[in-house]
Amino acid sequence: MKTAFTVLRKDLLLELRTLETLPAMALFSISTFVIFHFGLNQDTIHGQLAAGVLTATLLFAGILGVNRLFVAEREQGGFDAFLLAPVDRSSLLLAKATALFLFLVALEVIAVPAFGVLLLGPPLGPRLPSLIVVLALADLGIAVIGTLVSALAVQTRARDVIGPVMGLPLLIPALIATARAIGPLLGTVGPGSLPGKWLLILALYDLVFALVAYAVFDFLLED
Amino acid sequence: MTLLGIAPALPLHAAGKYVAGAYIVFVLVILIYVAIMAVRLGRMERQLVELNRDLERRDQAATEQDRDPGSTSAEPESEPDAATGSDAHREPAPVSGSGRLGDSSL
Amino acid sequence: MPTYGKGLRGLSILTFVTIAVALILVFFYVPLDATQGFIQKIFYIHVPLAIVSLCGFVFGGVLAVMHLRTGDRRYDLRSYVAIHMALIFGVAALLAGSIWAKASWGHWWVWNDPTLVSYLIVLLMFATYTPLRFSIEDPERQARYASVFAIVGGAFVPLNFIAVRAAQEYVHPRVLTLTGSNLPGPMLLTFLVSLLGITLLYITLWKYEMAAKNTRIQMRALRRRLLGDDDISPLQRSAAPSL
Repeated sequence: MKTAFTVLRKDLLLELRTLETLPAMALFSISTFVIFHFGLNQDTIHGQLAAGVLTATLLFAGILGVNRLFVAEREQGGFDAFLLAPVDRSSLLLAKATALFLFLVALEVIAVPAFGVLLLGPPLGPRLPSLIVVLALADLGIAVIGTLVSALAVQTRARDVIGPVMGLPLLIPALIATARAIGPLLGTVGPGSLPGKWLLILALYDLVFALVAYAVFDFLLED
Repeated sequence: MTLLGIAPALPLHAAGKYVAGAYIVFVLVILIYVAIMAVRLGRMERQLVELNRDLERRDQAATEQDRDPGSTSAEPESEPDAATGSDAHREPAPVSGSGRLGDSSL
Repeated sequence: MPTYGKGLRGLSILTFVTIAVALILVFFYVPLDATQGFIQKIFYIHVPLAIVSLCGFVFGGVLAVMHLRTGDRRYDLRSYVAIHMALIFGVAALLAGSIWAKASWGHWWVWNDPTLVSYLIVLLMFATYTPLRFSIEDPERQARYASVFAIVGGAFVPLNFIAVRAAQEYVHPRVLTLTGSNLPGPMLLTFLVSLLGITLLYITLWKYEMAAKNTRIQMRALRRRLLGDDDISPLQRSAAPSL
């Protein structure tokens, strides 16, 4: 655990000092909202359409963050250093997934209010608590899959392309569940109730892939 | 009850086309696979024939060496002129131990 | 080295007979469906192909687990062949399903059939298996990473199915549910025979492909042993595992 915390601290410090990934992700999501405004030719959207736009934007912005996750390790020998140290290898998985999760949360702190201001019709305020629950579960899923896919892709030759190409289909069930869960929340009449079925599917997805990632991650680090 | 008697009246206008299409796609996929495998098999057979031929050559060369061991000093591991394409004298690896008549190492 | 050709002849004859019987049942025995009519017959080829292909992906994932557990690269070859075959069957299933969609609803692609949609997603995912293999040079690492991917993919298949099925408000009645099928007798029989036939076909083709690959590998090894290392022409870059 201590190792995971150390690696996590290193990643967060790195990001705070260089600010490489987060601003890019935030800017990307805001630009995407603008594009959606023009593409859909709507001033405000609500309901399932809004849910879809929000989820898709967060997903694509997340993929940007995923690409950068292991690059420092690869280019500066971090992998070798990690392998030499007498630590449990899954702590790297834990650290990176947590880092990605925190990046996604930070992204949402910026992107969701932006969405509320730019595109969303009904007011965001009352829907926020349920929205946070759904997005937390979704972020968990994206973090796990993102870390796994990034670790796979970083050692290949076409790494910037293979990561998203592998990750997006894998994330589709999470996308489905998230968008359908948020849909009723963003209705015009008033925040609907949180649909339990989709939350259950999201939770199941997170659990299964967390377990699978934990089981296979060691094999990705071997040399 | 003959088979023809209970054969379905194939609606060749609309539906029949699609059903036929689906089943034909299935058959085509299998046939394409068989064709690919046939090509691979041909290639493999050719390689096997070559392998056999190379082995033959090596066998023959080895027995040649055994038959006249060191009768001329330059014989044994001298480089056969690679220029002559004659099969009998190709020697990929030198045969050590010139000498014993009738000693076949293979 | 195990040989895969053993029993292949008997297996192929059995496959051929089963598929022939299935075809006869489909076209001469089973009654026409009340709502869809003749078009419904595509069901007997589309659904078995789909089911077998899904099982093939899971089978590939299981073989990949064996590879990672034992470190035996032959499991990686088996997993690769299993996934390749499942992909081919999947494409055939998708094409058949698309033809069915066109015949029933007039469009080549519809979003309200959960099977088709979840198929598309699974195929999209496994289509990246080969590019992934291709882009890693070191053979041992390639095998390991591919196995990891196959395991993740195998876990993905059931989850994806659940998610997509839950998402589609279905327009037409579900034919196969967890509680049992609502197919009448003759249709159920025909369906099961078709399913058996396609499963046997998958196994036969898998063994066939394994036998071919195995033979090729052994021939190269033989050649290398007999003629020395430099006589071997380098294998063309391929995604297949090279043992």
